[in-house]
Amino acid sequence: MKKLINAPEAVLEDALAGIAAAHPTLRVDAENKVIARADATRPGKVALVSGGGSGHEPLHGGFVGLGMLDAACPGEVFTSPVPGQMLAAAQAVDGGAGVLFIVKNYTGDVLNFQMAAELAAEEGITVATVLIDDDVAVQDSTWTAGRRGTGATVFVEKIAGALAEQGADLAEVAEMGRRVNDNSRSFAVALTACTTPASGKPGFDLPDDEMEIGVGIHGEPGRSREQLRPAKEIVATALDAILADQPLNTGDETIVMVNGLGGTPLLELYVVFNEVAAVLADKDIVIARNLVGSYVTSLDMAGVSLTVCKADADILSLWDAPVNTPALRWGT
Amino acid sequence: MDIDLARTWVQAIAAAVDKHKDHLTQLDSAIGDADHGVNMHRGFSAATTALTDYTPPTVGAVLVKTGTTLISSVGGASGPLYGSAFRAIGKALDTPTADTQQFAAALAAGLASVQQLGAAAPGDKTMIDAYAPALAAFQQQANSGSDFATAARAAADAAEDGMRATIPLQARKGRASYLGARSIGHQDPGATSTALIFRALAETVTAR
Repeated sequence: MKKLINAPEAVLEDALAGIAAAHPTLRVDAENKVIARADATRPGKVALVSGGGSGHEPLHGGFVGLGMLDAACPGEVFTSPVPGQMLAAAQAVDGGAGVLFIVKNYTGDVLNFQMAAELAAEEGITVATVLIDDDVAVQDSTWTAGRRGTGATVFVEKIAGALAEQGADLAEVAEMGRRVNDNSRSFAVALTACTTPASGKPGFDLPDDEMEIGVGIHGEPGRSREQLRPAKEIVATALDAILADQPLNTGDETIVMVNGLGGTPLLELYVVFNEVAAVLADKDIVIARNLVGSYVTSLDMAGVSLTVCKADADILSLWDAPVNTPALRWGT
Repeated sequence: MDIDLARTWVQAIAAAVDKHKDHLTQLDSAIGDADHGVNMHRGFSAATTALTDYTPPTVGAVLVKTGTTLISSVGGASGPLYGSAFRAIGKALDTPTADTQQFAAALAAGLASVQQLGAAAPGDKTMIDAYAPALAAFQQQANSGSDFATAARAAADAAEDGMRATIPLQARKGRASYLGARSIGHQDPGATSTALIFRALAETVTAR
């Protein structure tokens, strides 16, 4: 394992100190491991709190700021944060209008946020929760823990965050978050496994000429392993899975994210985006907005995830609203 | 079971988890996300520390404190699940000592709390597959009048059988469930750590 770290057990602490040093617009509570906006929440504004295991940067800490999250709780690498962290975050940013928890659907995240919501209620903080479950690689059935939350998290944080900024109440912000999640589907393919600092070894063995189809963002193996193919064919496989699950009609508008998993050159992401654009153009589906870059990563994993969100005028207008965070910034 | 024994049990779990940390992580990297050993180690180390300067009034207080510490330090699914289990076991033992029957009832409360939170059933390839047979074995011994150590050893044996029996199962809960049929052939990390906890109990009471 080669990593730019001081010690595996100090990675989170050291990175949090770095975030604090790099971003004066953020305030980092090192003890509770909470990243929040430096400015106090405007009274009456719904506060958005998200969190999850570390290793997915810029998710979630990189999306704290005007127009997106009010606070983020980073857990240990690939491990959900603990309820005390989420409670501390909720207490730090509640502006009296309630707190929205944005939770990716993994057993650990769900259980810890559920406990945190109970603790927050005891403290008199109103909490609503949006569960993100956009990954079509996992069958949503009683036989699994349900679909994983992946790329749609960025869309929900951006769009619900913009609505909160406009003064909507907690129920409206939560409803918008659910709508964006319901409209979004994702699918990922890995070319290499990732290596956590603690284990020091890749999460799975992947031969040079093979790829993992339907991989998760924690280095958990995917649904099948296949021979590596050209980008065009990989994109076709991913979009087939996405569109089979949520058929889109001619003329539908979408927001599309081509997301690098941490070890993918931007050059390759543009190759992928070109193929996505070609397939959707062929079906007369409009890419109204796009993001190409690494936003929801899996440490050093090479690979890509595609997320397609069916967008209406409200969603697009909220997408275009000003945002000023370390990882996403426009209109300010 | 008394207050000292409860504390020694938690210390024995911490030692066992430390010893088997890499094994737990290795099992978890096959069908999960390679953090179970590290997380359990962090939690039980924190629990041992929390108990060091703590003079509890009851057996249960030791275990409630352990559970609360696990919830606040482990993260992932294991933190809430093991944390709730220890808290539920502890809440059922609000006396300075507990006999075999009382402990059997407390273990049942712990299992109920895990099942309520995680919604897993036997056969889903989770910690339940070690916990449920361990509880049944402990209850059976308690009902037939065996002493605590005999019941604890029967529970540990049953937990280990249950742990091994997870190998051919397909996971239906937790992160391993994403793998579908590819989870078959791997031993469940959660069932493995549960077996360690019951083995630590058996060894602690036998050493007494």
